[in-house]
Amino acid sequence: MELTANKFKANASRALVDAQLQKALGNVEKGFIGKRQMAADALPEFDALRDNARDIKNHVLAHLDLYLEEYERKVLAAGGHVHWAETAEDARRIVLEICKKANARTVTKGKSMITEEIALNDHLSANGIEPVETDLGEYIIQLRGEHPSHIIAPAVHLNKEQVEGDFRRVHTHLPAGRDLSEPVSLLSEAREVLRQRYFAADVGITGANFLIAETGTSVIVTNEGNGDLTQTLGKVHVVVASIEKIVPTLEDTSQILRVLARSATGQDMSVYTTFSTGPKRQEDPDGPDEYHVVLLDNGRSAMLGTEYQDMLRCIRCGACMNHCPVYHAVGGHAYGSVYPGPMGAVLTPSLNGIDETGQLPNASTFCGRCESVCPMRIPLPKMMRHWREREFERNLTPAVARYGLKAWAFFAKRPKLYRLAASFGMPLLSLFGGTSRRFRSLPFAGGWTRHRDLPAPEGRTFLQAWAQREALKQEAGQ
Amino acid sequence: MTSSEAKAVRQPRVGLFATCLVDLFRPSVGFASVKLLQDAGCEVHVPVAQTCCGQPAYNTGDRADTREIAEQVIEAFEGFDFIVAPSGSCASMLKKHYPGLFAGDAAWEERATAFSGKCHELISFLTDVMMVRDTGAALETKITYHDSCSGLRELGVKEQPRKLLGNVRGVEVREMTDSDVCCGFGGTFCVKYSDISNAIVTKKVGNIDTSGADMLLAGDLGCLMNMAGKLKRQGSDVEVRHVAEVLAGMTSQPPIAGSGK
Amino acid sequence: MSARDTVLGKIRASMRVPASDDVRRKTVADRLESTPTGVIPARAKLPKAGQVDLFCAMAEQFGATLARVSDYKAVPAEVATYLRSRNLPAEIRMGADKRLKKAGWEAEKNLEVRHGASDGGDLSGVSHAMAGIAETGTLALASGQDNPTTINFLPEHHIVVLKASDIKGDMESVWAMLRKAQGKGEMPRAFNLITGPSRSGDIEQTILLGAHGPRALHVIVVE
Repeated sequence: MELTANKFKANASRALVDAQLQKALGNVEKGFIGKRQMAADALPEFDALRDNARDIKNHVLAHLDLYLEEYERKVLAAGGHVHWAETAEDARRIVLEICKKANARTVTKGKSMITEEIALNDHLSANGIEPVETDLGEYIIQLRGEHPSHIIAPAVHLNKEQVEGDFRRVHTHLPAGRDLSEPVSLLSEAREVLRQRYFAADVGITGANFLIAETGTSVIVTNEGNGDLTQTLGKVHVVVASIEKIVPTLEDTSQILRVLARSATGQDMSVYTTFSTGPKRQEDPDGPDEYHVVLLDNGRSAMLGTEYQDMLRCIRCGACMNHCPVYHAVGGHAYGSVYPGPMGAVLTPSLNGIDETGQLPNASTFCGRCESVCPMRIPLPKMMRHWREREFERNLTPAVARYGLKAWAFFAKRPKLYRLAASFGMPLLSLFGGTSRRFRSLPFAGGWTRHRDLPAPEGRTFLQAWAQREALKQEAGQ
Repeated sequence: MTSSEAKAVRQPRVGLFATCLVDLFRPSVGFASVKLLQDAGCEVHVPVAQTCCGQPAYNTGDRADTREIAEQVIEAFEGFDFIVAPSGSCASMLKKHYPGLFAGDAAWEERATAFSGKCHELISFLTDVMMVRDTGAALETKITYHDSCSGLRELGVKEQPRKLLGNVRGVEVREMTDSDVCCGFGGTFCVKYSDISNAIVTKKVGNIDTSGADMLLAGDLGCLMNMAGKLKRQGSDVEVRHVAEVLAGMTSQPPIAGSGK
Repeated sequence: MSARDTVLGKIRASMRVPASDDVRRKTVADRLESTPTGVIPARAKLPKAGQVDLFCAMAEQFGATLARVSDYKAVPAEVATYLRSRNLPAEIRMGADKRLKKAGWEAEKNLEVRHGASDGGDLSGVSHAMAGIAETGTLALASGQDNPTTINFLPEHHIVVLKASDIKGDMESVWAMLRKAQGKGEMPRAFNLITGPSRSGDIEQTILLGAHGPRALHVIVVE
């Protein structure tokens, strides 16, 4: 997708006046927050599991090279293939080669953010191979030519009437008079249409929630079962996964699984958690003939050993965006990048560079709700602040903000001068406040007064008034 | 050291970090804080060398200026037994963020860590350190309380103000929906991303309205000015005050941004 | 240099890995060998009978229907009853699992039993689970001739038979079972953990059952 992260402000302003979008965004708060809380409350060990999940991933990151080697060894032993991709371009090329070798005309896809990151669909289409998204949300946005607005609920920005419109536009082989007024009828129609596609597909492509070093296994976690049909019915199964998806053992996987679904959808477990190890075996009546894993770096190895390393613990549950007031206000597309919300505000600059994405880590009130719900305890606000520091160091911070800040800091670092300026300025400002005690507009304060009144100051500053009171007390005492 | 031990030895010496917004916009909160602290048995000092905690610079990525300001604050305040601020976000800046600014500079880091250990947000200081249960205030009104983000999530301030408010004679607490969700202030955020901030505060003001309260309280003046400004722009009659004003029984000043009329 | 060496080299450079990293290698080998268990929810630590009850309660909570029968001989009748009660044709698809085979399907004269992997044309499939996980009401199924994976996903109704004695409190106990059956570090080609029927919340976050997998999941626990 085209990166428009630095048009965030304009994107957001458009989103704020998009009535359809605003209606749909209500579902984010309704659909996720209460359920997550209930699931977390029902498990007394939830926070201890979060700690352990964090520790497991930290351990993995400290030994990532060795676990990757072990993982690769086990995949090969199970008859699978491992392909290493340094960049998105490398990964696209590798996947295309596998598809071409399989003489693929169509490929089915399970829901995968990593294939969004490498823009795989466009690449396959450009090379004459039709990618078919099978997750309901992904299918809907594919019909619309859009990108996911949320990492686990890709079509959360849409209302059912919009989906109905798309199905009628595309599924022209079905009777025009059919009733699609209820979500369940939309679901049934997608199920029927996609069923054919699984069987017709030559290759099935999925992502992975985990890659287990102990067994050489890729794990996908889904609710619909589309990922499973994708990887079971295709002749070739291709897993595209980034290098930090590694976990050491089955036990470690269990620890993280216990916080994943609870944090994401508020389920204790997602419906399907599927462990895949290699291709179809001799006695197997089903499964793919070939099993490939594409291990993608795409900038992640450079995050190791930096202040952004903790971001590599992310398990893509979406809790941060589900709880983000900024995300609630503008939705995922406004971020103009593959990964929206707080996790995107940290990850996107790592993947695409801060020059092109500087708005994202700035678009946060630092309310900290993302960090408070993150199952992997990723300090998201702290890392957004680090990005702001990188911007400031490199003079990427907008000039107005920079000079304003420098002027303010000049005074803040000189208490006497500051006191002097304040003791003149605030009483004057107070005077202008009149009887209403507020300003409807004020020069230089348009950013504030465009949407709200500015409370007038009381008059003298506190330190002025305090000094006077203390002086009076002293006089009275003497 | 428990509060009774503290008193037995001597009155704890508290440095009041008024915060720049209280200093400039609402001295009443400063005086209310002084009263609450003195009533709790503290000896209160207000060092003149205070300006701001440095958050505007810190959150803009300007670490050099932040550190200079932090050094200034530490120098002015480290001599006190406790440093108290009537703001969750400024207190958290002092308590949680200052030490990190000095990483790699052992001497300053140690100094900042010792300093941060003595820093508190006003209301939680009263309840958790000075063991205050009842401030003796009375006010006939229905209030609703907004949990400001830094106080809530970085310092765990949630029950403390509610406990004290529950003991203010005549006060009825009406919890709003999503009291723990950001009001959209976010320091410079509300100016940099004015439209988004507006969407967030509009939602917040809706929840305040639905609560049926006559008065909105919170522990951070930035959030209060944001919410008051929006309430007034919408013509609301809800009065907005810092929680310290009510707890100190000091509500004779007009509310923040004036009355509804 | 191969892409593999490049990526691994970049990781090592970022992590400033020392040239001789025997300590790290040993740490990794030890963890893979010892497979430490971490935090196990207290709710999973129950006596056997309690585990079975918890499994049943959780499975129902997450949308499965449930029947408990005394032995395998009662399974065909339970399957037939299920199909009748849902107005389904008396046809099932089933793998080669011996426990299922021996259940005596000939007793249900009208029931047509098809064997092997599903081709998508079956309304109802029957599988035998390897284990149940009480803490979340989850079924664990291993792929192979006995229980082809396609039966787990293609039919509209998935009926899963589970031995009560194979119900474990937690996920970790199932890994222990699996290691015993397959050997350490080995897995069946596909290992499916299934918790309730297929569902989607992708349209307006309204949860609907029967997305791409089975619309209904019926569990038969054999005591």
